[in-house]
Amino acid sequence: MTATPVAPATPAAPATRSWVALALLHTRFQLLETVRVPIAVIGNLLFPGIALLFFVVPQPAVAGEPLAAVAAVAQLGTFAVMSACLFTLGAGVAEDRQLAFDPYVRTLPAGAGPRLTGRIVTGVLFCLSAQVPVLLIALLLTEASTSPWRVLGGLAMIPVIAVPFLLLGLAIGYAFPAKAALAVIQVVLFPLAFAGGLFLPPELFPGWLDGLSQALPSRAARDVVVQVTTGADGSAVALPVLLAWTAVFAVLAVLAYRSDEGRRFR
Amino acid sequence: MSGVSPAPLVALDRVTRRYGDVTALDDVSLTVGEGEMVGLLGPNGAGKSTLLSLVQGLRRPDSGTVRLCGLDPRDPAARVGLGSTPQETGLPATLRVGEVVDLVAGHYRDPMPRGEVLERFGLTDLARRQTGGLSGGQRRRLAVALSLVGRPRVVLLDEPTTGLDVEARHTLWQALRDYQAGGATVVVTSHYLEEIEALARRVVVIGAGRVLADDDLTAVLAMAAARRVLLEVPTEHEAALAALPGVLDVRREDRRTVLLAGDADEVVRALVRSGLPFRDLEVRGASLEEAFLALTSGADPEEPR
Repeated sequence: MTATPVAPATPAAPATRSWVALALLHTRFQLLETVRVPIAVIGNLLFPGIALLFFVVPQPAVAGEPLAAVAAVAQLGTFAVMSACLFTLGAGVAEDRQLAFDPYVRTLPAGAGPRLTGRIVTGVLFCLSAQVPVLLIALLLTEASTSPWRVLGGLAMIPVIAVPFLLLGLAIGYAFPAKAALAVIQVVLFPLAFAGGLFLPPELFPGWLDGLSQALPSRAARDVVVQVTTGADGSAVALPVLLAWTAVFAVLAVLAYRSDEGRRFR
Repeated sequence: MSGVSPAPLVALDRVTRRYGDVTALDDVSLTVGEGEMVGLLGPNGAGKSTLLSLVQGLRRPDSGTVRLCGLDPRDPAARVGLGSTPQETGLPATLRVGEVVDLVAGHYRDPMPRGEVLERFGLTDLARRQTGGLSGGQRRRLAVALSLVGRPRVVLLDEPTTGLDVEARHTLWQALRDYQAGGATVVVTSHYLEEIEALARRVVVIGAGRVLADDDLTAVLAMAAARRVLLEVPTEHEAALAALPGVLDVRREDRRTVLLAGDADEVVRALVRSGLPFRDLEVRGASLEEAFLALTSGADPEEPR
């Protein structure tokens, strides 16, 4: 039997959909998949709020002091960002890599850019939504007060401080299988949060811990947010430290992503 | 041999791909033209999946070039013309059937409408069901349906009906043939000869990372008619067996000797005439892979087993 060559039905050059349309598509489905597992959403929303209720509200020295209360809220807001980034990207990527659907999606006509953008936008939206309970509790149950511009400035800092943790999440997600990724995230998240002064203000740290703390990405993110929201003068090294960690995590994320391709199909 | 259109849709040129010390594909060249129906046959680990993953743009060759619709398959534009299937176990469990179709359709400028996709594969009533709640057969149907959502020029199917009952398998084959009748190219891998017969006109046999045979279906079917003739003979007579007419290969399995025969009747007649002392004679069908490996090993400098 001879196959007759058939002229292509549509002679037009193949064209992918626009980058923005594809990024929106992937964002929509990332959000949809995440929302379908309500416990993930609720956990993400509640934990920083509960921490605020337990650690801050009962302490009059902090909750009753407008500036100290704002700093405490900024700390837990920063923690919410860290945890949302590490869990949505780290655990999310690691879980998806175990599904056969992930390599299938990579055969569709979209590059890595729109797919990663979908994840990152979802991560940032989670970071923002996690601020809602924190801000509500702060408003209703503490004396926290600052100017509306400073509140907006704090919210605007979220995407900035989210970037290094999104990259760290990606590095973990591509480097570890799902179960290990969850464990690694917890091992990374809580010590970083504690030593970074997100649960206890760094003013209470002994000198050696405060020094160490200043070199951590969590402390740098916290300092940046506290400076923006309270207007207090803070450490000059915070922003450079944050940028340096961003570069380190970017390299780790790229390395993990590259080595993943070599390993997955063996 | 099938005619190949001037600009092949899939073209591998001297492609080699290794994983560490293992060579999955060894200097493979292959072209598939518009409208062809090609079956890829070969044992597990032969390199079929690696070949597919290169054409899908999931991997890069170590050397040689891979082209899909004239472009590097790692370029998303090349994949506009490609349709492939996820493994049915890998569908996102929380998404509904209709949503998975929409997710895939959202990647194309002119996708097949959701209703038509579901209709072709008998999934209309399941549109609002989460994929986690589907039966194995329903998932398999959805997975294959996804390969057609973008109206692809090339459809790659990896074991499309493994694990399905006979009726479901025939329904799927019919849906694929209907789509192919519109001029699309279909490349299918399978362990089932029946599936290859249903979907392929040309068959490429891959073993140990190389193309062992590339011919039209009838020629390959003739090769696949090989039989295994099992018998017990004293060791000193084993060499004489290889000389019998119609014997393609002689192997030892435990106490018995296995002859691979193109025509088992001829081999048995010759065996009886030869007067060799044998006992415990048995004739069995050979697996496709056995037949192909034995038949093509003579032409190859290296014996794959």
